Amino acid sequence: MSKELQDYTILVPDMCHIHFSLLKNLFAGFGYNLEVLTNQSRAVVDEGLMHVHNDTCYPALLVIGQMIDALKSGKYDLDKTALMITQTGGGCRASNYIHLLRKALQKAGYGQIPVFSINASGLEKGEAFKLSFQRIRKAFAVMTYGDMLMLLSNQTEPYESEGGATQQLVLDWIEHLDVELKANRGFSLPQVRNNLKTMAANFAALPLQKIRKIKVGIVGEIYVKYSSLGNNNLEKFLKEQGCEVMVPGLLGFIYYCVDNRLEDIRLYGGTWLKKFAITKIMNKLLCFEKAIMEAVKPYGQFTSPLPFYKMKALAKDIIGYGVKMGEGWLLTAEMLELTEHGYENIVCAQPFGCLPNHIVGRGMIRKIRSLYPGSNIVPIDYDPGATKVNQENRIKLMLALAKEVMEKKEPVEMPYCVPDIVHEQVV
Amino acid sequence: MRIGLDVGSTTLKCVVLDENDKIVYKSYERHYSQIAYRAALMLKKISELLPSQRKSSLAIAGSAGMGLAEGCGLPFVQEVFATRVAVEKLLPSTDVVIELGGEDAKILFLDSSMEMRMNGSCAGGTGAFIDQMATLLKLELAELDQLAGQYDKLYTIASRCGVFAKSDIQPLLNQGAKKSDIAASIFAAVVNQTVAGLAQGRKMEGNILYLGGPLSFLPNLRESFDRILAVKGLCPENSLYFVAIGAALMTDEKKFDLLQLVNTLENYQANEGYDFCSPLFNSDEEYQAFLLRHAAGSVECAEDYNYNGGVYLGVDAGSTTVKAVVIDENKRILFKRYQSNSGNPVPIIKDFLNDFYALYPAVKVKAAAVTGYGEDIIRKAFAVDFGIVETVAHFTAARHFCPEVDFIIDIGGQDIKCFKIKDGVIDNIFLNEACSSGCGSFLQTFAGAWDYDIADFAKLGLFAPKPVDLGSRCTVFMNSSVKQAQKDGATIQNISAGLSISVIKNAIYKVIRATGPEELGEHIVVQGGTFLNDAVLRAFEQEIGRNVIRPNIAGLMGAFGAALYACQYGKGQSSLLTAEQLSSFTHEVQGTVCKLCANHCRLTINKFDNGRVYIGGNRCEKPVFTDHDNEKPEYNLYSYKTQILDSYHPVSGKRGKIGIPMGLNMYELYPFWFTLLTKLGFEVVKSPHSSHALYLSGVHTISSDMVCYPAKLLHGHIEWLMKKQVDAIFYPCMTYNLDEHLGDNHYNCPVVAYYPEVLAANVPRLASEVKFIYDYVSLNNEKVFTKRMHQVLNREFGSFKLSEVKQAVKDAYAEYHSYMEAVRQKGEEYIKMAEEENLPIIILAGRPYHLDREVNHGIDKLICQIGAVVISEDAVSHKIGRFPLKVLNQWTYHARLYAAARYVVESKNPQLNLVQLVSFGCGVDAVTTDETRRILEEGGRIYTQIKIDEISNLGAVKIRLRSLFAALKQSQMEVNADE
Repeated sequence: MSKELQDYTILVPDMCHIHFSLLKNLFAGFGYNLEVLTNQSRAVVDEGLMHVHNDTCYPALLVIGQMIDALKSGKYDLDKTALMITQTGGGCRASNYIHLLRKALQKAGYGQIPVFSINASGLEKGEAFKLSFQRIRKAFAVMTYGDMLMLLSNQTEPYESEGGATQQLVLDWIEHLDVELKANRGFSLPQVRNNLKTMAANFAALPLQKIRKIKVGIVGEIYVKYSSLGNNNLEKFLKEQGCEVMVPGLLGFIYYCVDNRLEDIRLYGGTWLKKFAITKIMNKLLCFEKAIMEAVKPYGQFTSPLPFYKMKALAKDIIGYGVKMGEGWLLTAEMLELTEHGYENIVCAQPFGCLPNHIVGRGMIRKIRSLYPGSNIVPIDYDPGATKVNQENRIKLMLALAKEVMEKKEPVEMPYCVPDIVHEQVV
Repeated sequence: MRIGLDVGSTTLKCVVLDENDKIVYKSYERHYSQIAYRAALMLKKISELLPSQRKSSLAIAGSAGMGLAEGCGLPFVQEVFATRVAVEKLLPSTDVVIELGGEDAKILFLDSSMEMRMNGSCAGGTGAFIDQMATLLKLELAELDQLAGQYDKLYTIASRCGVFAKSDIQPLLNQGAKKSDIAASIFAAVVNQTVAGLAQGRKMEGNILYLGGPLSFLPNLRESFDRILAVKGLCPENSLYFVAIGAALMTDEKKFDLLQLVNTLENYQANEGYDFCSPLFNSDEEYQAFLLRHAAGSVECAEDYNYNGGVYLGVDAGSTTVKAVVIDENKRILFKRYQSNSGNPVPIIKDFLNDFYALYPAVKVKAAAVTGYGEDIIRKAFAVDFGIVETVAHFTAARHFCPEVDFIIDIGGQDIKCFKIKDGVIDNIFLNEACSSGCGSFLQTFAGAWDYDIADFAKLGLFAPKPVDLGSRCTVFMNSSVKQAQKDGATIQNISAGLSISVIKNAIYKVIRATGPEELGEHIVVQGGTFLNDAVLRAFEQEIGRNVIRPNIAGLMGAFGAALYACQYGKGQSSLLTAEQLSSFTHEVQGTVCKLCANHCRLTINKFDNGRVYIGGNRCEKPVFTDHDNEKPEYNLYSYKTQILDSYHPVSGKRGKIGIPMGLNMYELYPFWFTLLTKLGFEVVKSPHSSHALYLSGVHTISSDMVCYPAKLLHGHIEWLMKKQVDAIFYPCMTYNLDEHLGDNHYNCPVVAYYPEVLAANVPRLASEVKFIYDYVSLNNEKVFTKRMHQVLNREFGSFKLSEVKQAVKDAYAEYHSYMEAVRQKGEEYIKMAEEENLPIIILAGRPYHLDREVNHGIDKLICQIGAVVISEDAVSHKIGRFPLKVLNQWTYHARLYAAARYVVESKNPQLNLVQLVSFGCGVDAVTTDETRRILEEGGRIYTQIKIDEISNLGAVKIRLRSLFAALKQSQMEVNADE
């Protein structure tokens, strides 16, 4: 991304709200004006249907529709607007998003709008946002904060005594981090550790009610899993149905992408040097998840994610580590991790006709159930024609079973409550 | 007292239980989308019948009841869960419950490892599907069931969705297959769909319970389940009411005052929270002006019974309707008919001709032409002079109304056909793909569900204030969209208008894939029966923002075009049966199985008087030719490749038997693996050519019913290999394909790459009964591969020397390359030969596994029959270097596709064209089809795509191919004329 783009407004589609809010601030620190798109009207889908092959996966259709809808809104100076998406690379058709976006822009008469991709796979040489080591490290810190806030708020909000207190704390933290990031602080590992510790303490301090909730995990194709636009407000629906929702974080996906390189070398050969370098990077990156686990550990009420390699080990007898397209073996491993952690009720969200999910989602459910008979997994397809009523009806079936199982079980110990400690200011 | 209400997609069920859980009241009725109103009536009745029980607990179940429950603050129970509660209470020894509803299919496994499954977002194989099929056959459900009990043989019918099945059934009807056989085949399809979609590796055995409407009302459907699953299921008393009973059992303590509830329900105004489009007409004036404008496009119809000149007959034997016209020398229509096709067009045309001859005794028939699905049978039956492809017929007719026409869109009963005309030649053809047709029959089905005929139903929407925005999707999805709209309180008027609009959106965005009206053209003629509905026509004009021409005979255009064609090309004396010949007309149908090749096509033989015979159901011309020694030679690279693959015979070896399932990438790599394993001392057992029977044998282990058909077939191949008692099955995972340096990367698609994982996880016996070797390998680095293979073999069998493996690998690579080289050389030879003889060449481009006859359904042979030479994409792709694309070119097979398209463009041979085969569910092809189209069209070539699935109907494919050839011929003629 060249210097002159600094006075552009760069539009990005929304995916995980907390992470992307933080990213916006990070980019502001680099001198770029990022805007996370939140337009969600029916027009978004219609623009997508009009400009993208209708059999393309739903995320592409939504992301492109959302961008074109935004460009048409008149809110932006089209001579000073650019678009940015992330691209993972790999054998899934999702690697083609940026090309589909360019084609669609051409078709819609916005051929002049510059498009960038963030990727670490060397696709789109020369045009992609330069991921310098410094920037990668900073982005990683931001992802870590995002994962932590998502984890803590998901596990606190359903039980909070004071409505909205959790949400407020999340906002406070985003604001706080904004100040830090702009001042070029909060990126180093010690600073990250510190912040995470305070975060955990803050959230643990929120007063909770003694109630039981159905624990539900969400896995799936990465966009549909996180994006409320993509999954018809799945998290909100589940919360309204009286569930505590666990959504595995983004770090795991990034680790998985890096780890795939090592798997490639193991399976198909590669130099010793390459292996050494990637292992080195991987070890550095793993410090961030360790920081999360350490920060969460003192508070017994929080379920901490498994270390990446422990989670990977869970999938060993179920699926080959060579499955690396889309979410690959990671999706299967996440279902196992959730099941082991008591979130055995799982929504596997995928775009209709998603190719990798034929393998790693639907394809593995039978095997998972044979090993974990308690797992209660419902695959849900999302696409422009799928209706909310059908999706919710299937989820309700899963929940009915979950509820029955919960009621049969001995009453479990309530989340540990810190009685009435006054909500402290962060830091 | 406890009340359970079950609000299904089409019906409302209610059960009242007393203190002892005895049923004291039950009722079952269609709700015609008026859910709150009907529910209120029902409760009122209960309160009248049981006046002492004013207060009662109550729960609602069923997806269509979700909104009502939320809106009125009533408890909601998920219906599958309710079923389970009822079954556990009433019939606790049940092992498996199969419940089919209006649009849902459910299977409950109730043994130790309980599982409850519902069909996904696809409503194929449910009550709605059976309704649709009954409508298509013009039968009441009871009649359909009764006929199904009298079958002799079964046909293959896809039941994924009604549209698919229709394209299977229609040709059967047109060929004269017996309705009883079709009815039984429909039921078998429902069973297969249920098993394929929901069994997912679990066996259905033990005490089976059949529940829900279709299984309660259709004993022969139960019979089909019993037969195919080899069980004896039970359809218990109250089988319609289990959901309602379960809901009643699950009510909580809270009591509702019934009269108060009736009041609440009557006042329940669902919030009109759905998305809507602008109304079709705002006022009656607007509508009148619209009618006046369209009165302009008309052709004269005369009832001139004294006419004694020459006349021309045109027949359009369409999929759901038969149209026929007779015109005179001045192109006036003397006699016409538009009639629903009740399955067999022959008697309709016979009556038509009889009536015509009676009214016009003095005319002389100079020529006759027939078009449409029933072209062949009508042509034979009545000795019609010409058979023409539909596209040509429609173009001929449209030109009559608008000589400068540049775009024609025809929405018929089952097809959408659009053609772009450039310089007087059909330049591009769009036909709806098998899965997305939202056509006339689609509106009809919805109309029927609400008890309207189609014209009245469409009219309802003319002045609807807020037409439901249903988007553009196929019928199956539309069902649930409509359900959602009902839930949100849309009136039937708004739904009707919404459906008309969605038909149009479907045509424009799914079939034509246009971004704006300018892409269509300036002079647009619309036709087809569906456009006779003003609502649909209006929706079209609104959507494209331009006025169009609708001829007053919009429904008859195919027939009119055929008559004009006959008029133009007739030789002055028609061979059409005369009135006298008609009086001795006979028609007799026999079914048989063709034994001339391994396909074993089910043939229907239609015998007419005077020795005229029409044979239907054949995939090739063999049964039609009487002289088998004089067959034309076939230049077909698909056959050649198949022959080579079949030439590798197993050699018994000291290391035992190893099986290879013949599917997906094995269609290319078989020479490699065969050689490698044979050289290492294994007897390599290859699974046979796919067939539908083979597919069905593995269908119960399919985990994702939306994966492509080629992948699903593998489940059958694995079953076959396990029966052969092989020592191991070898089917490696391959993320990477061979790098041919045509693209940015060389991946396989996710399904080709990892399907062995799915097999390992979902075929239970695979883990326990046979060694399944599915390691990850790549063939790009011979050294790495050799080492890896050595490791794998030693792990599984022990005692392999590295040198031994090294040599075998070397031989395997050599064999692979020589196979590819042979294909390329043969391709070269065919192209040269075709150029010398000036034959058309079709590059039938797909993936290696499109070689499978069960996958390609004999399309290669069909092309040969039409007189072209068939080449595969891998025979020419190596001739093209890497070139820039507008997509990421990262899959090896697909890179070949782009290269083949480029090869067509670069060749100077106008006779060389590309037809792309696309498997339904292939997500990758959403990217490749657009790009291949772009390459071809930018090079001034016609792009033709054929979507294939489980269906085996070649009718639509034939139209597409014949249209392509007609367009090529016409442009060739133009070129010649210019010179």
